[in-house]
Amino acid sequence: MSKSPSSLLIQNVRLLDPAGDRDTVTNLLLRDGAIAALGADALAGGDESLDAGGHWLLPAATDLAARLREPGATQKATIASEASAALAAGVATLCVPPDTKPVADTPALIDRIHAKAAQAGAARVLVLGALTQGLAGEALAELSALKAAGVVGVSNGQRPLANALVARRALEYAQGLGLTVHVQALEPALANSGCAHEGAIATRLGLAPIPVAAEVAAIRQWISLVEDTGGRVHFGRLSSARGAELVESAQQRGLPVSADVAIHQLFLTDAALEGFNAQAHLLPPLRSEDDRQALRAALARGVIGALCSDHQPHEPDAKINPFPLTEPGTSSVETLLPLALELVHEGLLTPLQMAQRLSLGPSRVLGQSLPELQPGARLPLVLVDPQSPWTLRAQDLRSRGRNSLFDGRRFQGRVLRVFP
Amino acid sequence: MNLQLDEQGRLKHLLTTEGLPRSLLERLLDRAEPYARAAEAGFKKDPLLVGKTVVNLFFENSTRTRTTFELAATRLSADVVNLQVAASSTAKGETLLDTLKTLEAMQADLFVIRHEASGAAHFFAEHAAPGVAILNAGDGRHAHPTQALLDAFTIRRHKHKFEGLSVAIVGDIVHSRVARSNIHALRSLGCTDLRVVGPPPLIPAGIVELGVSVEHDLMRGLDGVDVIILLRLQKERMVGAFLPSLGEFHRDYGLTRERLARLKPEVLVMHPGPINRGVEIEGEVAYGPQSLIIEQVRNGVAVRMSVMAEILANTQ
Repeated sequence: MSKSPSSLLIQNVRLLDPAGDRDTVTNLLLRDGAIAALGADALAGGDESLDAGGHWLLPAATDLAARLREPGATQKATIASEASAALAAGVATLCVPPDTKPVADTPALIDRIHAKAAQAGAARVLVLGALTQGLAGEALAELSALKAAGVVGVSNGQRPLANALVARRALEYAQGLGLTVHVQALEPALANSGCAHEGAIATRLGLAPIPVAAEVAAIRQWISLVEDTGGRVHFGRLSSARGAELVESAQQRGLPVSADVAIHQLFLTDAALEGFNAQAHLLPPLRSEDDRQALRAALARGVIGALCSDHQPHEPDAKINPFPLTEPGTSSVETLLPLALELVHEGLLTPLQMAQRLSLGPSRVLGQSLPELQPGARLPLVLVDPQSPWTLRAQDLRSRGRNSLFDGRRFQGRVLRVFP
Repeated sequence: MNLQLDEQGRLKHLLTTEGLPRSLLERLLDRAEPYARAAEAGFKKDPLLVGKTVVNLFFENSTRTRTTFELAATRLSADVVNLQVAASSTAKGETLLDTLKTLEAMQADLFVIRHEASGAAHFFAEHAAPGVAILNAGDGRHAHPTQALLDAFTIRRHKHKFEGLSVAIVGDIVHSRVARSNIHALRSLGCTDLRVVGPPPLIPAGIVELGVSVEHDLMRGLDGVDVIILLRLQKERMVGAFLPSLGEFHRDYGLTRERLARLKPEVLVMHPGPINRGVEIEGEVAYGPQSLIIEQVRNGVAVRMSVMAEILANTQ
């Protein structure tokens, strides 16, 4: 990204202000990383000016699930490589799950990740602390110490908890500390080491299935615990219609539950597995067309309040194997905004709703406030051209992981500039 | 699935019976006929593949299948190398690919591959050097195309056509690559009444989309059928998890003389082997007059000769 001058006038831009719930065409003066003036007032200043007619300016995205692979798997990626790829793609805040190696269950490790991220000087990196020691699912991690070290929530990642009692006590304990428990709902016994959505395609390809019930059963159990305790749970990476339905009914009953979806779940189904396409090996798996449509509807209604990338960069070898033996996950932080723009083009979201699902929604899950775009506000912004067509080439990704699901896909709309 | 066909629609690899046109399947069956007849007449050797190297690369234990591939290649005068690779030594992707590349460097022409992971044959075909052919001898639950071809060959020898035939596949469908490959092959060859029969935990989701009907009651599923294909029950992983006991499976799904007597008199009984006597089939039925189980093994050699001859003729 080009270096911002000390003051910049952005003229005729469509300003999407999720916190202020406003969508207006205006002028905006940026000075020293803060909004200095808006509208006619802005025209007075600016060392430099930019005509942004037809372009959109919005808060940079907050991604609730991005694995940076450091520490523990730096053959795949590093904090520096991924934080700068993310920032260039308009994602200025990354939330990292605790399943690093070693696991993020000590303040020392949280400090280390924060320090590495500060050194990288790109996207801001937030950490979800481990819910249990070593993510082993049995003894609680020192959640209070992790909170003091700055974690923005706690989670057991994709690892199972030993039983429902551990889950209940963890939720109570986290609640006492004001920490949200982030859950990727998957009942391990039902998932049974499967690698594909249960259905005709997995059957034809002979891939071990993960039934929808694996997600639904886990969500149901956590909701029961929320009902008992009032603890706050965020369901990450919903993959099924029935999962979204359960979250919606819990929200309607006033329970403190929220949800996000990995944006590729809104575009692809298990049909992408055809020909044993290892790039489409994901967890949770790509599911059916009905699930895809229901997730889209839940996003539009706000049941799913946040879009995330579920970024999982891999080295090439991780995907060079027969399908069931490949590692799940896709390198996706750079396609978060381009795909979100497609949701607008397709009429699912308004531009303002898109901006909300990318920044305000995720910020709320993390208990952080997102400022309104008013003079004095200081927050990372992103300028996008919603129309410009381009083709993604996996080898051109900035991420160390080239394992994109969208190699060769045509996109409409891209990030022009990021003001960090 | 065009990985296995070249631009002219000729067989380059054999990975699955899915998507293979009827004409090609018939050609493979036709080509097996003279090999089967020659073997029956005592003439076993054909010089067709002199100078070719066939590598049997088995990541899963199998004596029977490997032996028939070995015999098929030897009868076509190819040089044959057998490699039994422990799956544990190939837990990493590089090693699996390295195994292939190392063996390719020895100028192998055809790899016969069996691997526990579904999609393994596709994986090898994607990464094989040009001119190196892959023949799938079983990948996970996905496909076992030569078994399907030999079953079709055996059925054709007795019934002469597939139109109008009713075929039931019985037992552990969920884990069976034989079932999947048979369904694709028999559908493509013109069989329209295909049934899968077994208890619900052994019937995979969405199987009807492959063009079969599902029946959980054995005798209803076998009503009026011309061919019964029994599958081997993997005893180790069944009891407790999928079935209460082998005895209960036999009680509800075992093919007994008494049950056979209530079916069409000319019904054929098939099984890919090895059989579990007293589980999916009674010993007397396995060696009874309607059983083709031994003939299947014999035909397996001829059909595999046909496939090897076809593929290696196309890689010239």
